Amino acid sequence: MNNSVRSTARLVGAGLRALLVLTVVCGVIYPLVVTGIAQAAFHGKANGSEVTVDGKSVGSERLGQSYNLPGKKDKDGNPLPDPKYFQPRPSAAGPNAENTQYKLIVSGASNLAADSKTLLDAVKQRRADVAAFNHADPSAVPVDALTASASGLDPDISPAYARLQAKRVAEANGLPAATVEKLVEDHVDGRVLGFMGEERVNVLKLNVALRELAGAGGKR
Amino acid sequence: MSPVLSGVLQLLALIAALALSYRPLGDYMARVYSSEKHLRAEKLIYRTIGADPDAGMRWPAYLRGILAFSAVGVLFLYLLQRIQGILPDSLSLGFTAISPDQAFNTAASFVANTNWQSYSGEQAMGHAVQTLGLAVQNFVSAAVGMAVAVALVRGFARSRTGELGNFWADLVRGTVRILIPLSVIGAIVLVACGAIQNFSGIHEIGRLTGGTQQVNGGAVASQEVIKELGTNGGGYFNANSAHPFENPNAFSNLFEIFLILVIPFALTRTFGKLVGNVRQGYAILAAMGVIWLGFTALMMWTEYAHHGPALQAAGGAMEGKEQRFGVGASAIFATTTTLTSTGAVDSFHSSFTGLGGGLTLLSMMLGEIAPGGVGSGLYGMLVMAIIAVFIAGLMVGRTPEYLGKKIGTREIKLAACYILITPTLVLGFTALSMALSSPPESILNVKGNSVDGSGAHGFSEVLYAFTSGANNNGSAFAGLNANTPWYNTTIGLAMLLGRFLPMVFVLALAGSLAEQTPVPETAGTLRTEKPLFAGLLVGAILIITGLTYFPALALGPMAEGLS
Repeated sequence: MNNSVRSTARLVGAGLRALLVLTVVCGVIYPLVVTGIAQAAFHGKANGSEVTVDGKSVGSERLGQSYNLPGKKDKDGNPLPDPKYFQPRPSAAGPNAENTQYKLIVSGASNLAADSKTLLDAVKQRRADVAAFNHADPSAVPVDALTASASGLDPDISPAYARLQAKRVAEANGLPAATVEKLVEDHVDGRVLGFMGEERVNVLKLNVALRELAGAGGKR
Repeated sequence: MSPVLSGVLQLLALIAALALSYRPLGDYMARVYSSEKHLRAEKLIYRTIGADPDAGMRWPAYLRGILAFSAVGVLFLYLLQRIQGILPDSLSLGFTAISPDQAFNTAASFVANTNWQSYSGEQAMGHAVQTLGLAVQNFVSAAVGMAVAVALVRGFARSRTGELGNFWADLVRGTVRILIPLSVIGAIVLVACGAIQNFSGIHEIGRLTGGTQQVNGGAVASQEVIKELGTNGGGYFNANSAHPFENPNAFSNLFEIFLILVIPFALTRTFGKLVGNVRQGYAILAAMGVIWLGFTALMMWTEYAHHGPALQAAGGAMEGKEQRFGVGASAIFATTTTLTSTGAVDSFHSSFTGLGGGLTLLSMMLGEIAPGGVGSGLYGMLVMAIIAVFIAGLMVGRTPEYLGKKIGTREIKLAACYILITPTLVLGFTALSMALSSPPESILNVKGNSVDGSGAHGFSEVLYAFTSGANNNGSAFAGLNANTPWYNTTIGLAMLLGRFLPMVFVLALAGSLAEQTPVPETAGTLRTEKPLFAGLLVGAILIITGLTYFPALALGPMAEGLS
């Protein structure tokens, strides 16, 4: 009995020492080496691909953000989209519930099922809203405008959704429609290496370019 | 180019990359586990542990090493989360201590290579827990799985000895020689694509319309790569591999799928090398590959077809999917993550079509052996091969043999115990959760929310949770609020039992095989390196799983998909 207690203790001691030494290798040395290489070779990307305009940070190229009318809400208390900007995909990322110390960007999906009535109603509502907002035919609204993304932070929209918004954006900014449509086409990113993933438009980069254009036109 | 063609091309590119890496990596791993030399760094580690890496261990000693190491791992990770509140802000990011039930669940989850997460990464875990705790278990839990697989292979390869190798040597070599070098390369690739890698903590960045937003910093790329390579799956962020900081573009997405698959597939080559007949490895590879490809094709078909009222109304299955990946790549990721023990997601399975969601469930129910987790996939598949050999033996009335070893009463009992563990855990805990009054309150897609009012999806949420836990997957129908004492505790238990009980039987089996004298091959020996056997193996897997889980699947995803 005494013997087996002692051998168990010895074994657990070996396990603990193994864990600690591997923690140093995998949990300290490894991430520090990778961070060192990443910071030296890919400084901008390793720190979140921040986009700056005139030296001022306007967000991360990787993360979607909202473009709403400041201070205005609809009757349900939801913010209203600003017609002067291209709008991103719907987001189902939840509120920052667990920790109130920060106003963190939170990621997440709706997790609603394909046969969920809540999701079905939301899709119908979005179709009507997006069509009305863009003065477009409801049947022309593409799928990415009707569904919430996986991360809730999708930085991209489909080229179809960007094209759908071009006319409304042009009107709101007092720009010729053809100019904005060309801007959209210039911002369409093809599939990676020609076949990976989907074609997309980065909403932040498109809006930054749009604002430059509108500013240059002296309409703001 | 149509989305379907793009999806097919991505699948072909993935297969080509896997084929190219199969032999070099498989042969390299065989050398790692059979080499007699120790690196200088390894000698230093062995001295710290106080273990002799050349001492052979019989299966009980090997098992005791695993259990001691893993028990210490659970305790360490639990304590690290519990003391988070008193760590300095630079280590904790200001987050408080994790509650006892959630800390137990998370500790069990990461040590068991499951990485089920009932917390939301960016709102709960600071640098210390993520990097010193969770990422370390990503490495070592994977190395433990590979060690057990290698021990079983040695059971086939060795004769008239009970010794299966040295656990400490296998653990350290798997980590130092295989996982870390591949991770360093992979992490740099991910950063080059745009994944973040810093220790800057939570900081403010601007917004185009004015004002600021707060984002997390963190050692994300270094953790992301081992999360895929070690088939772990626990994301740095709540959205897991859908988060742009973890998985920035379509190339990184395909690369992450490759990382998940590369070791489990290549281990069949390692197996063939170590038993002295690579064609035996090809037969196992063929069975894995057929199931993986079949499931992936089915998944792509059902997701492109986007059945289900809400998806039909939207005109595509893009709910819970990212624009930069699209439907095809998301479907490949979903089958890959559930057919291995990974559970990382680049899209949310709960919003897949009814049949697509059912496929993710069925993938896990197969026992995650096609190709399965690192190590666990190979030993799970070899146990199924023993069952298949046994069935074939019954058909022709011969004593079954596999790789020159007799499959007798003891071996078949151990194999049968192995395959009974997870179904018992999954179905038992699911039934309990549905029968008790409060656990069902966690369900998101409840009766009444469903268009047909059946609540089939709600049942699937619970079934998925325990299937994922007991099979050590870690993905979720994430509508379920699993952060309750009931789910934290029961899923925690399911993960630990689902990981370590099977290992007991695998190692006992390995010990029993290693003691045998090999039987010479005769004209009547079943040729287990032939396509016929690979076919029999696939059939046995599908029939056994089908018979076990059909009633539960009929109540959940099939009811949803067919209504």
